Formats: sequence, structure tokens, C-alpha cells
Amino acid sequence: MEITLSILLVFMIVGAVYALFAKDLLSALISCGIVGYGLVICFLLLKAPDLAIVQIVVETITLVIMVAVILDSTRKDLKENIVIREKGIPFINARYVFNVLTVVVLTLFFLFFFNQAIDRLEPLGQHVTRMATGYIENAAEKTGSANLVTGIIFDFRGYDTLGEATILFTAVMGVLTILRLKGRKEQVNGE
Amino acid sequence: MIVYILCFILFLVGLFGILTSRNIIKIVIGLSFMEFSVYLFLVLIGYIDNGQAPILSDNIAAAKYVDPLPQAMVLTAIVIGLATKAMLLTMAIRIYKKFNTFDIRKVTSLKG
Repeated sequence: MEITLSILLVFMIVGAVYALFAKDLLSALISCGIVGYGLVICFLLLKAPDLAIVQIVVETITLVIMVAVILDSTRKDLKENIVIREKGIPFINARYVFNVLTVVVLTLFFLFFFNQAIDRLEPLGQHVTRMATGYIENAAEKTGSANLVTGIIFDFRGYDTLGEATILFTAVMGVLTILRLKGRKEQVNGE
Repeated sequence: MIVYILCFILFLVGLFGILTSRNIIKIVIGLSFMEFSVYLFLVLIGYIDNGQAPILSDNIAAAKYVDPLPQAMVLTAIVIGLATKAMLLTMAIRIYKKFNTFDIRKVTSLKG
């Protein structure tokens, strides 16, 4: 199990690295699709069919929106070069060096916390359910749903779903506000 | 244990993409890589060996199920991730209409 997942994850990482270094934006999007659909297969292997279905839908929608955004625009890559030339004299690009340094510092920062977290984690597959034990035992009679994930989302954790709906509504309002081309017309004086 | 480490590497690839690329679309792509790695990490924590998918059925009596709680939380997170990504892409559309480029180095004027 762990070996299969590792192979899939290496495949996803290769796709991710290619997406970041691709010359053309369209091929970058396609490689982004490799990572998204690889995640779907990982979910199926991890016995999470609901997540797999939702991830397929979300990934497809995101790809379609992104392709629609870049289709009638320039697709040329805008990469920052390490050496910039000004009047023929090469300079080292200070902004690029600063960005890479930031990445290194943040990597060390996250590595510290990852190390601390990995000490307390059980090895893959040795998990013991604590909170979910009650959910699994009582879900059928309390919620009437055969699917435990549905029972948890809509019943035991209903307030989380309410917050999710709020965020979705806010995002839709934001998208509509930003995309609206004309503002409200200013009132003409004297009317 | 190696799966957790690979998840972390995917997270770092996304971080590198966000911080070093100058293209708004590539920044969105890097952000989605970070999201994906976190989803996978949470679902990996809840996995149990030889566990069944968390759907009750009469045929399998007293079966072992994988932990349904992380799955429910990740389901919420995926939908919220879609909403934020749509918001970011809308801003990218507006920036492209205004400045005719996706390059964030060119987007310097504060006037909306």
C-alpha cells in the first residue's frame, strides 16, 4: 500500500515540478491536472470514495476556468532570470536571490515543525479512531445515513457546513463584484 | 513514513512555485499544489490497514472502517479551495484587462 502511494506521489511531484518550469502556460495547466487527478487515485486507494468524486468535479471545473482565463491572453512564460543584462553588463538579479533565500528559510522553518509532528504520528495504517468511534457506532440510528461521511458533514458537524456555505456565498459575491464591468452610474446633478 | 515525507516535498514544491514565479497563473497553480498536499496528508492520517470505506452495509458485519472524520473535514476544505481559487482567477482576469499582462512585476500602480 505504502509503495503504491509512494510511486503515485513521486509521479505527482514530477508533474508539479514540470508545471512550474513549463515554457507554455497551457502545458503548465495540463501538468497541474496530472497532480489533481493523481490525488483522485490516491483518495480511491485510501478508501475515500466521496472525496474522490468531489475532487474529480472540482479539478475539472478549475481546469476549465483556468483554460478560459489564459486562452485569449499571452501564454508566454514570464520567468525571472538569475543574471540580467543592462547595457551588456551582467548583473545578478537581487530579487531572485532574495526569493530563493526566502524559500530556503521557510523550508527550514517548516522542516522543524514537520520533524516535531512526525514524531507523534503513528505509522501509516496504525491509526486508532478516538472521536470517530462514537460517530461510527451511533451514526446509523442518530442520523439515518448509511454513508458515515455524509452523516458527519450534515449532522454531527453541521455548523462547519454552515460556515462552508457562508464562505462559498462570500466568494460568489466577490467574483460577481469584481467581474461586473460597469459601476453604478453616478446621479446627474439636477435630477 | 516515506509517504508523509513525499507529501511534505509536494508542499515545498508549491511553496517554491508561489515565491519564485512571476506569473499570476503559476502562482495559483503553486497554491493548489500546497492545498493538494495538505488534503492528502490529512486523509493519510485517518487511514487504517485493511479498513473499509466508511459506508455502512449489512453484508459486512462488524467491519473495520477508516476514520471518516478527516474525510469529512477535507471534503469541506476542497469546496472552500475551489471558491478561493475562483476568486483568485477573477482577480487575474481583471488584472489582465487592466495591465494587459499576467506579470506581477508590471502591476505597480495603486490606482484601481
